[in-house]
Amino acid sequence: MIDFIYGSTFFSVFITLLAYCIGLLIQKKFKHVLFNPLLIAIVLTAAALLILDIDYEKYKANSSFISFFLTPATVCLAIPLYEQFELLKKNWKAVICGIASGILTCLVSVFAMALLFRLDHATYVTLLPKSITTAIGIGVTEELGGYVPITVAAIILSGILGNMFAPSFCKIFKITEPIAKGVAIGTSSHAIGTTKALELGEIEGAMSSLSIVVAGLLTVIGAPLFAGLIA
Amino acid sequence: MKYVKQFTIIAFISLIGEALNHLIPLPIPASIYGVVIMFICLETKIIPLSAVRDTGKFLVSLMQIMFIPATVGLIDTWDVFAPNWISYTVIIVVSTFLIMLVSGKMTQLVISLSKKGENHD
Repeated sequence: MIDFIYGSTFFSVFITLLAYCIGLLIQKKFKHVLFNPLLIAIVLTAAALLILDIDYEKYKANSSFISFFLTPATVCLAIPLYEQFELLKKNWKAVICGIASGILTCLVSVFAMALLFRLDHATYVTLLPKSITTAIGIGVTEELGGYVPITVAAIILSGILGNMFAPSFCKIFKITEPIAKGVAIGTSSHAIGTTKALELGEIEGAMSSLSIVVAGLLTVIGAPLFAGLIA
Repeated sequence: MKYVKQFTIIAFISLIGEALNHLIPLPIPASIYGVVIMFICLETKIIPLSAVRDTGKFLVSLMQIMFIPATVGLIDTWDVFAPNWISYTVIIVVSTFLIMLVSGKMTQLVISLSKKGENHD
């Protein structure tokens, strides 16, 4: 059985898609933030791997057909952005101020809490790029000498938090302007959050897409400046 | 055929992004170069929107699924995460929501200020 699964071309892809479909069904039925299709898909897929005793590395290699599309899909985030460009041009100051203040908040809050928890330098710099897209985050952590797997985990968790809670959070804290919602989601939870912003609306999706790029670049510049603060 | 043509263009831009990532020694991934190039091509009409729109929107609508394989990898990270998991979790949760609050409120504030400015002009 396990030999068959390891050699199978379709097992990993099937189990991933099945888990997501179950997630969509559960969300349709219960309509609660905790029943998030992405979260359900992750939990179910992880459970299937643990129960069937399949190595994650093996699953990752066999499901690369799915991850393969991530780069072309990210490239296509330019399309909603292009469609909302007039709106962006009118509001570019607000958007840039929003993203820049968000990244500053990220760096300052990680610094403050790192002091509070007495983290060492390597652990502290590991968390600095926690809210940007994975590939840039890995690059920043490598350059600053942090722990890459923890950066990846922190980035994924930030993304899932945004994906799950951003709509209710914006409602509670009265972030009602669609441009502001998009900036808030993209700056705090990169592409994983952006998939939720795209569901909220075209403006939210476009602004969130833009925030991924700008927040990523600002962190590349800002994180090294903050890295020296904890020796 | 339409989808094949559209995906060929998207794949080509991804390829250029990959080449730039390879050539430029910065921690910027192929996808980020690609999204900037795609945007410039659309804005300058080098690529008409209709040449990529349908396939592009389809890919974007499936993006959540594309994150599942990488996110499942969290099960392999637990060993390195465990020793400090409380501080990591607190920092991740608190800072994510703080960023959301500050960036959203700041954007909203500047928009309302510039609207007021327009009314006074």
